[in-house]
Amino acid sequence: MNIAVAADHFDAESLPRASEAGPAPKRVVVAYGFWIFLLSDIVMFSALFAGYAVLMHATAGGSTGAELFNQVSVAMETACLLASSYTCGLMSLAINSQRRHATYLGAVFTFALGAAFLALEIREFASMVALGATPERSAFLSAFFTLVGCHGLHVGIGLLWLTIMMAQLAIQGFRPIVERRLLCFSLFWHALDIIWVGLFTVVYLMGVSS
Amino acid sequence: MTATHYDRAPGDRSRPAELPREASSGVLVYTIGLFLAAILTATSFWAANTSLLWPPGVPLGLAALAITQIGIHLVFFLHITSGPDSTNNVLALAFGVLIVALVIAGSLWIMTNLNENMMPSSELMNLHATTNRH
Repeated sequence: MNIAVAADHFDAESLPRASEAGPAPKRVVVAYGFWIFLLSDIVMFSALFAGYAVLMHATAGGSTGAELFNQVSVAMETACLLASSYTCGLMSLAINSQRRHATYLGAVFTFALGAAFLALEIREFASMVALGATPERSAFLSAFFTLVGCHGLHVGIGLLWLTIMMAQLAIQGFRPIVERRLLCFSLFWHALDIIWVGLFTVVYLMGVSS
Repeated sequence: MTATHYDRAPGDRSRPAELPREASSGVLVYTIGLFLAAILTATSFWAANTSLLWPPGVPLGLAALAITQIGIHLVFFLHITSGPDSTNNVLALAFGVLIVALVIAGSLWIMTNLNENMMPSSELMNLHATTNRH
């Protein structure tokens, strides 16, 4: 009897630990796996960052970053991506409380801001190419287009993914599998914003100030 | 005994069983994150363009601002916290940060060393002339 009485006074520490409680919920497993993928993606970006940092001054007599980069455009891109990350966070709140119209609204804003970012970046690339600053001009420009272009490609894939997820939500509703995919999408989108923070600092701001 | 020590999914602010069905506190968290991130971004752009600061210190300051902003994004947008239910997420992140630091610092270190030990390019150009003279 004493044992049963003692069992009523279990505090939080004596509850079964995760290893004894059986398999974790699928939402946790899926999101954790995707978190590992995102970290590996960030490791890949770190190699591109290292390549850029090494080749930053290897301009081969061509244009330098200070001559090519337009800070107003970069500031607008940064604002778009940050606001997009915020609306993506609001969208995931709407998903958690299963409000369908708020989810669509968040998705529309996230998509529009992400698309604006991508349009600004493509315009920037086009103006650089028009000046003769193509990837084959110098090692600096090769590294620049690889790093920034790879991030832009990720944003483009994210926009495609968001479109597909909205179609799935419209057809299937708030099924657990759709919610898990949307959780992975929001992780992906926030991680892209984190990479952009490193990118605008290292590539644009340090390139202009040095 | 339904409450167990399950971990928390990255990106969630609470464990799956207790996901909030009302979201007002969540909006506040994201808004604080946006506000702090916007301030840090604006400071970065200001620091890169101002002439008030000691120029050699600017890149270091920019790096510090960027690392702070990445921390803000992790805490307020991705909800990676120091709580016990987030330990696995933090450990995975720590390993990722270790690899990133090794790749970037290692590359810069090795390549700087190589550049320093490289023959100056003018000497390299005149190599032919000097060997002819002797």
